[in-house]
Order: sequence, then C-alpha cells, then structure tokens
Amino acid sequence: MIGILGFLSAMWALMLLGGAMAVVVLGPFSISGYGADLDRALTSAAKAAIAVSLTAAWVLALSAVKNRMFRNELRS
Amino acid sequence: MTELPLIVPGAVSCVAAFFAVYLGTPPLIRHLQKKALTVRDVNKRGTVMIARPGGPSIILGIVSSEAVLYGFLQSNEILAVMITSVLAFLIGYVDDRKVMGGWFKPIALAAAAAPILLLGAYDPGLAFPLFGQVQIPVLYVGVVVFMILVTGNTVNSIDVLNGVASGFMAIAGFSLSAALFILQNYEMALVSLPLGFVSLAFYKYHKLPSRIFPGDSGALALGAMYGAIAIVGRVEVVAAVALLPAILNSFLFLSSVKRIVEYRQVKPRPVEHTADMKLRATGEARAPATLVRLILAAAGPLSERQVACAIFKLAAFSGALAVVTAFMMMVAVVAAPEVAAHP
Repeated sequence: MIGILGFLSAMWALMLLGGAMAVVVLGPFSISGYGADLDRALTSAAKAAIAVSLTAAWVLALSAVKNRMFRNELRS
Repeated sequence: MTELPLIVPGAVSCVAAFFAVYLGTPPLIRHLQKKALTVRDVNKRGTVMIARPGGPSIILGIVSSEAVLYGFLQSNEILAVMITSVLAFLIGYVDDRKVMGGWFKPIALAAAAAPILLLGAYDPGLAFPLFGQVQIPVLYVGVVVFMILVTGNTVNSIDVLNGVASGFMAIAGFSLSAALFILQNYEMALVSLPLGFVSLAFYKYHKLPSRIFPGDSGALALGAMYGAIAIVGRVEVVAAVALLPAILNSFLFLSSVKRIVEYRQVKPRPVEHTADMKLRATGEARAPATLVRLILAAAGPLSERQVACAIFKLAAFSGALAVVTAFMMMVAVVAAPEVAAHP
C-alpha cells in the first residue's frame, strides 16, 4: 500500500509540474505577423502541438516511474 | 444569488438524490430478478446471481436531484450535467443489454460531451494550482470531450468488486464538492453534492454482498456526471486528482495490454482465487496489470472486503490530495485577480 500511495503522490506531483509547464509555456505563447485570423489559427495549432507533446512527456515520465516502483509486483 | 437561499435547493436536491436511489433500487432489483436480468458474481463460491444493471435507479437519483436544482437555479450548467449523465446512461444501457465492441464506449462517450459544448456551459481556460490558468479556446473543446471519455471509462473500469464503484464515487464525489466549496463555487458545489448522495445510497445495495451491480449504465452515468461537473465547475485538475486511483487502474491496464479493449475480453485474468475464495495476483506474466492486481501483489491473498477497503483508503488519500489542491488553487486565485473573477 505504501508503494501505491507513493505512486499516487508521484502522479499528483507530475500533474502539478505539468500544470506549471502548461501555464509557463502555453500561456504566453502567441504567433503574430500573418494577419489576425491566421495568427489565431497558427497559435491554436502550435499550442495544441505543445500540449500534446507535454502530455506525451507526462505519460512517458509516469510510465518510467511506474516501471521503477512496481518492478517486482508487475513481474509476479 | 446570496448563499442563504442556496441552502434550500441544495438540501432538497440531496434528499431527492439519496431517497430516489434508496427507495428506487429495491423494486428495480425485484424487477430485474423477475426478468432474469442477472449475472454471476465470479468472486463467490458456487453460482450466486446478482441483478444488473442498477443504472436506472442511479439515473433516477441524478435526474430528480438535478431537476430540483434546475427548477430553483435554471442554469445551463445544471442542464449540461443532467443531459450528459443521461446520454452516458443510455450508452451504458445499450452495452448492458447488448455487449458492444471495445471501441463503442469511448466513441459514444465522446459524443455524450456534446451538451456541454452546445449549451456553452464551459470556460475555455484550464486552471492549475499555484500557477493560475491558461486560455486554450480551441484546444479546450478537446479537453471537454476527453474529460467525459476518461471519467466515464475509468469509473467503469474500477467496477470490479462488490461495492467498489459506488463507494469510490461517494468518496470522490464528496471530495469534489468539498473542493468546490473551498473554491467558493457554491452553486456548482450543490450540483456536485447529489453525485455523492446517489453513490452513497446505491452503495447500500452494492456493498458486499451485492444485491445489485451498477452495470455499464450506472458506472458510465456516475463517471460522466463527475466529468461534466469538473468541466462546468472549472475544477478539471482537482477532479482528476480525486480520481487518481481509478486513473492509475486505467493507466496500468492500457500500458500493459497496449490497446483499447473491454476488460472482460482480456485473457489471462489478472486475479485468481485461492481455495478459500480469497483473491490473489496471478503468476501469469501476460495478464494485464490492474490496481487490484497491484494491491494483491504487494499484500498477498486478501478477501474481497479487504481489497475493497484498500481501494477506499486510496480513494480517501486522493480525496485529501484533491482538497489540498483546491487550497493551492485558492493561492493562485489570490495571486491572479483575473482568475478570481471566475473561481
């Protein structure tokens, strides 16, 4: 149970970290110089790409933590 | 609206939620047994048949309580929560009556998010603890769909032992309500409270030994309601934290089977029985990883009651983390006035 509680805490910490990165990276991000409509579309597309990358990094980090913490249990 | 008048609809909706399920479930059990709509409880010795699905009484509790709130408050947010829950119930009911493929529920649940989008019952900003919020107008539509899909399926995936889904959702639902109260979003806290009361009332009949199973219709309705409240209440992150054990279960399962598939279709099973009907983790390396398997691998053979207890402890721990997260969001609210206008 201690291991699972530790993993839940790690998930929580990773969520806070991911949130911080989203606010810091995604928040101020904008593209300009291509006209208002195209700027908005390009900014949205770029934000979506960054968000997907951040999510993928989050899942990979979580997977690494899982494999490290539950190596013995998952092999049983 | 001031806080005092909210007490009346809040109290009436909670009473409606609890007693609609508490009084509605026994006749439903009798009806299902009469129609032979029962399934075998695989964790019991011999052939023990249990009525299923309990979704109709769960949705009765959700609709009656939210209808009371809508009568008093008449907000699109309440309507969005109610319609999304009903759609998820219908999707689950189809799956209860006719076993559908593994892709049916994810795709159909994504469509169940439509009322939130069509009624405009969301704000396209994602609020995070300590750091404030980020505006993602286009991307947020995907977040809405993803949230309903994930919450519906994760709650459904944790419905593996007697009483676990309803007990877990009672803890998560009340934790979410507490977080909304902390964030001073009183109206949405009242919309959220019936989720806890519906789950609690159903737990009376679902707990070990179960008299009824919620089925896909019940689990998806509870999960979709939870996700809809998270979206319209702007507590997506807090809601995800309170649901962490269920998310962990889905994450373990998906990362081990590496495809979208119904749990019942997976062989070999992750858990087996000892001679005295205790549960133990299977020694089969190809079996999928699940939360129950992890608990059993760490603690050895346990009774069904002990495993359920362990899951409730994890839910309580996550609920406490969610409350802490809500307090941390208050720090962000104080630090960023533009967030304070929409707690």
